[in-house]
Amino acid sequence: MHNSQAVVAEQFDDRVQQHEAASLGMWIFLATEIMFFGGLFTGYTVYRNLYTTAFETGSHLLNARIGALNTAILIASSLTMALAVHSAQTGKRAKLIFFIISTMCLGAAFLLIKFFFEWTHDYAEGFVPGLHFTYAGPHASHVALFMCFYFIMTGVHALHMVAGEGVLTVLLIMAWRGRFSQERYNAIEMMGLYWHFVDIVWIFLFPLLYLLGARF
Amino acid sequence: MSSQEIAIEPKLNYLNCDYSIKSWLLTTDHKRIAWLYMMAITFFFTVGGIAATLMRLNLLEPQGLLVEPETYNKLFSIHGIIMVFFFLVPSIPAVMGNFLLPMMLGARDVAFPKLNLLSWYIFMTGGSLVLYAVIAGGVDTGWTFYTPLSTLYLNTHVMAAAGGVFIAGFSSILTGLNFVVTIHKMRAPGLTWFRLPLFVWAMYAASIIFIIGTPVIAISLFLIVVERIFHVGIFDPSLGGDPILFQHLFWFYSHPAVYVMILPSMGVISELITAFSRKRIFGYHFVAFSSVAIAAIGFLVWGHHMFISGQSVYAGLVFSALSMAVAIPSAVKVFNWTATLYKGSISYEAPMLYALGFIGLFTIGGLTGLYLATTGLDQHVHDTYFVIAHFHYIMVGGAVMGYLGGIHYWWPKMTGRLYPDGWARVAAIIVFVGFNLTFFPQFILGYLGMPRRYAVYPPEFHTLNVISTAGASILGLGYVIPLIYLAWSVRYGPIAGPNPWKATGLEWTTSSPPPTHNFEETPIVTEEPYRYDRLAEEIHVA
Amino acid sequence: MSEHIAPLKIYFSVFVALMVLTLLTWRISYIDLGQWNTVVALLIAVCKASLVAAFFMHLRWSASVMRLVLFAAVFWLSILISLTIGDIFSRHVLPQPQSWHAAAVITNPSATAQGR
Repeated sequence: MHNSQAVVAEQFDDRVQQHEAASLGMWIFLATEIMFFGGLFTGYTVYRNLYTTAFETGSHLLNARIGALNTAILIASSLTMALAVHSAQTGKRAKLIFFIISTMCLGAAFLLIKFFFEWTHDYAEGFVPGLHFTYAGPHASHVALFMCFYFIMTGVHALHMVAGEGVLTVLLIMAWRGRFSQERYNAIEMMGLYWHFVDIVWIFLFPLLYLLGARF
Repeated sequence: MSSQEIAIEPKLNYLNCDYSIKSWLLTTDHKRIAWLYMMAITFFFTVGGIAATLMRLNLLEPQGLLVEPETYNKLFSIHGIIMVFFFLVPSIPAVMGNFLLPMMLGARDVAFPKLNLLSWYIFMTGGSLVLYAVIAGGVDTGWTFYTPLSTLYLNTHVMAAAGGVFIAGFSSILTGLNFVVTIHKMRAPGLTWFRLPLFVWAMYAASIIFIIGTPVIAISLFLIVVERIFHVGIFDPSLGGDPILFQHLFWFYSHPAVYVMILPSMGVISELITAFSRKRIFGYHFVAFSSVAIAAIGFLVWGHHMFISGQSVYAGLVFSALSMAVAIPSAVKVFNWTATLYKGSISYEAPMLYALGFIGLFTIGGLTGLYLATTGLDQHVHDTYFVIAHFHYIMVGGAVMGYLGGIHYWWPKMTGRLYPDGWARVAAIIVFVGFNLTFFPQFILGYLGMPRRYAVYPPEFHTLNVISTAGASILGLGYVIPLIYLAWSVRYGPIAGPNPWKATGLEWTTSSPPPTHNFEETPIVTEEPYRYDRLAEEIHVA
Repeated sequence: MSEHIAPLKIYFSVFVALMVLTLLTWRISYIDLGQWNTVVALLIAVCKASLVAAFFMHLRWSASVMRLVLFAAVFWLSILISLTIGDIFSRHVLPQPQSWHAAAVITNPSATAQGR
């Protein structure tokens, strides 16, 4: 059967095999993402240990309150994503659409807060290495190194979120057109895995970037 | 089917079902994608080979015959980047892995056929970017992109080259992902893990490396681009950066990458040795586990590229010891192949010649690796021609010979035609002779102190360099000859039939060339691989 | 069962737990625990990540090969980090005995104490 609307793709024998293959494939992709971010975490760990004081100074320049708020927003978006998957699994189209939109909105809120409350502020204060760095305290170049890692790590994370929003848009359109059902929801579930992973990366980024050093 | 019957080419197969360009460029058939990759890597091999030719010609004279040092720097960089990332890493996995894996598993295709096609397009995009870097003036960082040279001091097309490699890396990642899922989830009924051909185990091990290692070089190249664009000091010592951090990130992938380059070749050798000695592999479980062990332990040894970089002595000690450990599973394979040959019914068709050449040359390459793993000796021969000879013995004497042997062995399956084995044997011998003439003198040169990546050298090294270049010309001839007769055979070669080698393996149970969906009915596997003891007929090649 | 549908209750409980842990990690950073601040922060992060992985990502109900994939990635990442850090930490630990340095200083008072 070469029906493009077929629930089971040609190379698979049945739905179960297809679902397990999709899940394993997505987990392997997430493993590659762990290693990708892992390289950044390695660099961070090296410089954090070499320049502990400067890193703590750098961390204080960030706004932990906003960071915590963003963490909460992202966790909430993970909840809505999980609920979207649940809706797809139970064949509830309206709820699926609602939860995809909620996830997208929460994700957008995260990104907007990051761009407009954090990064523009950082730029204005002169904390952006390479673009506008005017910090003149002790160990300025090491603080710049901290800021490098801050912007690169949160930047790469943000890129992943933007990509996620893009895919969610496509899934939203497909859901609107009624393409998903109780037999056919792999794409939503795999997107869920990706979205939760991006959340997990942030769960580690938040304490490592925002909560270093004495603030007591 | 007995050898007396005339082989008939099947009416409809994966090649003749559609001749249009669109059907090739939009194919999701793993077999066609394999051909797309084969054309691509043959092209890249030619480009990398031209760079090597110019280098060896330049080295005919101590003061450099052909090019300025700046140009020579670009030549060795391009040679390395293209040969490593655009020939060796994809070669066997993307060509033979793609073609054979589903067939060896009794499947209709890989788990994600469209992703497979996307992999090829990503590969071509990365390759195009690197070619742009070459044409626009070249890059001279070496394939290793070491900082701070690459980030602070060079004005060549570093970002384009690094970007091209970054993009191509995703092609490997997706291929590895596809293979692992296919092997886990799409094996035919009865095909348990320990009934898999060893080629499949090799693909699995290589795929693990693709998945775990490639993202780390991706991020390290990404950081180079960031540093170049924004002039920040991630690897700049004057701003507190650590250049050795780059080396750690780079080699964390690039060392396992060399196992990506050799493991599939070892998988091919296991197939060839058994088929051409008509014998079961000796110690199947050991060979299977050794593939996974090489992949796993291979991730623990990257610092042996950094003994004199400024890395701590203790780190060097640890990496040296672990490097000794990784040699063990490789040696296990060599012993097992040798034991397979013992009392086998050996025939010397071209694939077997390549396999036997592999065993000898890989052993030399591997043993010299142990020399290099010894920190004391490495102090003296690091960055000399000794290292170059070592890795060329493995990459060319090992990986490329395995690739050529595999291409010859599975050519009848891929094309439905037999190639002329007489010519093939001659070419194999020319390759073997040319290879040794090229690279053995380099061990001596390196030991005597000739540095690598230099366009000029002291006059006392003249003779050995001339021998090496002469050998390279013979080697080049050995590579050109198969291009000619293989192309000829597609049109004029005798028809092969399903199993011209009378080999075991699911791929030989279907027609040559196979139909698009590989098997008319899903096969059911009931026995171990390599049951040559059960096959009564003698091999009989036209 | 590969297509497990989790009860909604679980998602909401995990969400609450994650929020509580987030609050906790933020507030603990205001308390001086010295070296332990980092350890506690990372432990909490691991807890949160585990909750997300186990329940939101259904790892609790998935085939064991998925867990193996996650474990493998974390394991090899820890190799990358630990061996790299091991290098950084051992760079200034000189392989020669201290007494040799003392001898060098006595015979050549202008020699620096740290050499390589």
